Parts: sequence; C-alpha cells; structure tokens
Amino acid sequence: MILIVAEHAAGKLGKATLEMVTAARESGREGPITVLVLGQNVSAIATEAAAVADQVLVADLPQLATYNAETWAAAATQIAQEGEAHTVIIGGSRSGREYAPRVAVKLDAPYLEDVTSLKASGAALQGQRYTYLARVTETVEAEGPVVVVTVKPGSFAAATPAGAAGEQYDVELTLPAPRVEITGKSVEKSSRVALTEADVIVTGGRGVGSPENFSKYVEGLADALGAGVGATRAVVDAGWRPYAEQVGQTGKTVQPGAYIALGVSGAVQHLSGMGKSKNIIAINKDAEAPIFKVADYGIVGDINEIVPALIEASKR
Amino acid sequence: MNILTLVRQVPDAEARVKISQQAVDLDGTTLVVDGMDEYGVEEALRMRESGAGVEQIIALAIGPKRNEDALRTALAMGVDRAIHVETNEQFDAVTLSKVVAQVAQAENVGLILVGGQEADWDSQALGAASAERLGWPQLTWTNELKLDGDTLSGRHDVDDGNESFRVTLPAVVTTQQGLNEPRYPTLPNIMKAKKKELRKDDAASYGLQARVRTVGAEIQTRARRNTMIDGKDPQAAAAQLLELLRNEAKVLA
Ligand SMILES: Cc1cc2nc3c(=O)[nH]c(=O)nc-3n(C[C@H](O)[C@H](O)[C@H](O)COP(=O)(O)OP(=O)(O)OC[C@H]3O[C@@H](n4cnc5c(N)ncnc54)[C@H](O)[C@@H]3O)c2cc1C
Repeated sequence: MILIVAEHAAGKLGKATLEMVTAARESGREGPITVLVLGQNVSAIATEAAAVADQVLVADLPQLATYNAETWAAAATQIAQEGEAHTVIIGGSRSGREYAPRVAVKLDAPYLEDVTSLKASGAALQGQRYTYLARVTETVEAEGPVVVVTVKPGSFAAATPAGAAGEQYDVELTLPAPRVEITGKSVEKSSRVALTEADVIVTGGRGVGSPENFSKYVEGLADALGAGVGATRAVVDAGWRPYAEQVGQTGKTVQPGAYIALGVSGAVQHLSGMGKSKNIIAINKDAEAPIFKVADYGIVGDINEIVPALIEASKR
Repeated sequence: MNILTLVRQVPDAEARVKISQQAVDLDGTTLVVDGMDEYGVEEALRMRESGAGVEQIIALAIGPKRNEDALRTALAMGVDRAIHVETNEQFDAVTLSKVVAQVAQAENVGLILVGGQEADWDSQALGAASAERLGWPQLTWTNELKLDGDTLSGRHDVDDGNESFRVTLPAVVTTQQGLNEPRYPTLPNIMKAKKKELRKDDAASYGLQARVRTVGAEIQTRARRNTMIDGKDPQAAAAQLLELLRNEAKVLA
C-alpha cells in the first residue's frame, strides 16, 4: 500500500494532504492509497480524507494532541510496517521534513526529500527536487521494499474525489513518551490565508519604506486581492514583520499562482523561496533590479504612487 | 561534555552553478562554509564561553577534499579539533547520518549542532536522521539556545509559529539565521588553527552505501513573459497590470 500521513491544522485537512494523494495517484505505484490521520478529535478530518483515499486509518489519541517528531515517526513507522507499505508519503512542511528522516532510518529505507514529481521507474521510485538554492532541478531515484518520500507543498494539484469514499478504521499505536518539553508556544495568527496555501501573495521588501507603509501598501493590496502577505529577510531583520512571513532560503518556500513583489530587490536567497511561482509580478523603482529578470510582469515605478492606484483599481 | 559541529563547504550563494554530464559541476566555483553550519559552530563556542561545562568542540566534515577549508575555518573560529571523512562519492543525508552517529559515539559527544538546511542539496535531513540513529531527541530550526548543566532550553520555529522548549542532553540541534552572528576568524586564530589537529578518517570504515542516486540535473529557468509596464502614469499602469493578470495570466478573478 501507499501510506500518506495527513497534514491538518485547526480541525481541517491541509491542502498538502490532497496534494500528496495526487502524488500517490500519479506515481504509478500500486496498491490502495491509505491516509493515516494522527491527532486528537480528528473524526471530521478523517471524513474529509476518506473522500479522496481508498482507506483512512485514524489514531485519535490524547498523546497525539500536539505534533512531536519522535511520536509521529514512531506512529508512521508502525503503520507502514503493519500495512507493508512500499511507499510512505509525508508532507514537505517544516514538521514533515523533521520527522520523515527518522521514519526512513527506522524503516531502513531510502529517503527522497521534498520532491516535486514522483513516478515509478522500473523497480525504482523517481522524483525531482530543487537543489543549490532552488537553481537546479535534480532527478533522484531510489529503490527498496519501502521508500520514504516528502512532497514539496504546492507541487501537485489538490486531489478531488474519484469513486466512493474510503472506509475508515481505528488503529492502535505504541508510542514513545516525548522527551522534548514544550514550555511555551506562540502561534503566529493571521487573519489571512497561510503563505503556503495562498494562491496570491503580496510581498513587501525594504523598498516599501517603513512598517506603516508596509501595512498601508502590502497589507492593503493583499486585502484588496484576498492574498497572503510575505516579507523579505531585510524587512524581518528590521523588525517590521514577523519571521513567519519571511519568504526565501531561510524562510518559507511558496509557489502561488501570482507572487507580487513590492520594493524587493530579488536577491538569490529570496528567489530560492519564490522563484517557482507561476507568475511573478514586480514593482520596483530601479529598472536594473534583479527581480525584473524573473518577472512575468514588471512596473518600473515608485511604490508610493503605483500601489495606491492598484488598490483603488482592484476595488472596482 | 563534548560538542560535535558539522560543517560543509558549498558554493557561494552568488556563484553561478553549472551542469556538465547531467550533474552539477563545481569546478572553478567560489566555495564557502555553509552559512547555516556557521551558526552551529558559533553557538558551540558561545556555550563554552558562557561557562557551560563544554570540554571539547569537534568539527566534522564528510565529503571531498574541499571540505578541509570548511574545517580550517571552524578551527580558526575556535573549535578544538577537526575530523574529515574524505570521500568523493555522493551520499544522501540519511546515509551520511551513519558517520555522524558513529563519530558522536566514539567521541563521547552530548550535543550535535548542524545547519538546518544545506545550501547545496537543500536537504534538512541530516540532523533528524543522526538523532534517530543515536536514539536522541532533536530540535530543529532553533533561534535561541541556552545550556545549563545538561539541560538545553531555547526557542525554535514550528509549522505555525514558534515554541520554547527544554530537553535533557544528549540531543541534536539544527541551527538557522537569527540564532547568533558568527564571528570572523582573526589572523592570530587563523595562525593557531594551523597547529590544531585535522584528522583524516577513511570513509570505508563507516560502512556507507549510497541509497539515493542522482540521475539528472538541469539548471532551472522558467521562461518568463517579462512584460514591462511603464510606471510614469500610475493609474494607467495599475489598470494595465490588473487587466493582464485577469485576462492574460488569469490569476485574478
Ligand atoms: C544565509 C542567508 C540567508 C538569507 N535568507 C533570506 C531569505 O530567506 N529571504 C530573503 O528575502 N532574504 C534572505 N537573505 C538576504 C538577501 O540576501 C537580501 O539581503 C534580502 O532579500 C534583501 O531584501 P530586500 O529586497 O527587501 O531589500 P533591498 O535589497 O534593500 O532592496 C530594496 C529594493 O527596493 C527598491 N525600492 C526602494 N525604494 C523604492 C520605492 N519607493 N518604490 C519602489 N521600489 C523601491 C530598491 O530599488 C531595491 O531593489 C539571506 C541572506 C543570507 C546571507
């Protein structure tokens, strides 16, 4: 079987899970597509997952109320072994890429990390992944009785139901006690769409000028377009915006339909996080800014003049 | 307690990467210590300087000869000695974690510091895989660390924000931007570093077998439309952009 570990948050199945189902369907690997839902009070999530999977395994346990790398790795490993999975697919989120290597070691399996494509190639499983700050696409492959894969968010279309909803089964797990004690948590809440789920992102760079302008222009345009908000490292380092909004090598990787960069120079470390966006739109007063080299649409102009006009026009 | 820091030598971010024969060719490319790893080296030094019971700080590199330069940099920053497991074969991170785990055990290490993401392979797996092989907990994407006896506390980024944590060593920690500002090696320290031990280990003795093959590599360039709009008339430019996004790119409703 193909085992997919569901990603979910706030009581809802994450788009990443639907993308993993598509990856499984496109892979050409045989066997039922099985989604494992780990958490507490997850019955609604399991039902959502059942719409796109052949079967859903549910572990609804207090010990799974919060994510922990060791617990998640143990759970995924146990189910992969019991179900004789030949392919284990995990989301390429921060947490997914944190526990997937542990699953690979536990299963003594090769690990294809953060792939953007997946297909069977003879006995091997082949995928593509971005390397060298996302400037190179490498094709990698591995074979074994079982292969562990993480899938880069935004690389596959979200799966839609194909056939009847899958059966749901409760599973029993033997879980280790977490050794990392969490002493505090700060959730970066945003009334906007999460960056990794957003179809349109408006990002502000230092060229926006000030935190006040960031609110006025970047958030203003994002609100007008129903978009997510991103920031460059320069803006985050200056304390204008939270780190959660940073896009780039050391921030988030995003691939929206439209990425609108306001006052962003286009440094390689920034490009590595957004260069795969389907459409890149840049507004910068410097016609020589490197961001224009990767832009589909560019306006050479001043943020202070162009963005208010854009907000105004998009309301019409 | 001994701390193990991992270092790698990678292309400079601004360096051009080229491909020959279906693989990335680093010949003639400017190489530097992976910035993410430097945060780990710096943090180990700061832990010792802050009075935590750190005996030795050991830097480990696995890979081709060029990694000696990364180890020399770490030695010049202040680590005590270095180990180079030299090999020209490309191993995936999960395989490499075998070396990390064996060295950690042989060297009586209680804490491993490694960069959160590699600037060449864009992999985040080495820390986690090493932790699993050792049966240790791990903390990834840390941006604040404090060592008190064998209790490590700090803060790290998670999917939806950040968490404060506490863990009893041994543990593996991955480092990132924001944790500290790595120091520059001073000339006297660069001179001193020349006398420090840089041990060469035979890769064969670690029993490695590559499990992931790279079968192709391509420089990624997506063809971009590069439609430039004159911004002199802001209203006209805004209207034209929205029209293109709606009707040509079809990304806005
Ligand atoms: C290890 C490492 C990791 C990094 N990780 C990241 C990362 O994850 N994300 C990231 O973004 N960066 C990262 N960086 C930093 C990166 O190298 C750049 O410094 C940063 O992206 C620059 O941000 P910026 O474009 O906002 O600012 P700047 O480079 O200062 O550019 C500002 C731009 O705004 C334009 N501008 C100014 N005023 C106006 C105006 N009124 N109207 C229109 N345009 C205007 C200017 O022409 C300029 O192009 C990293 C660096 C290192 C070394």
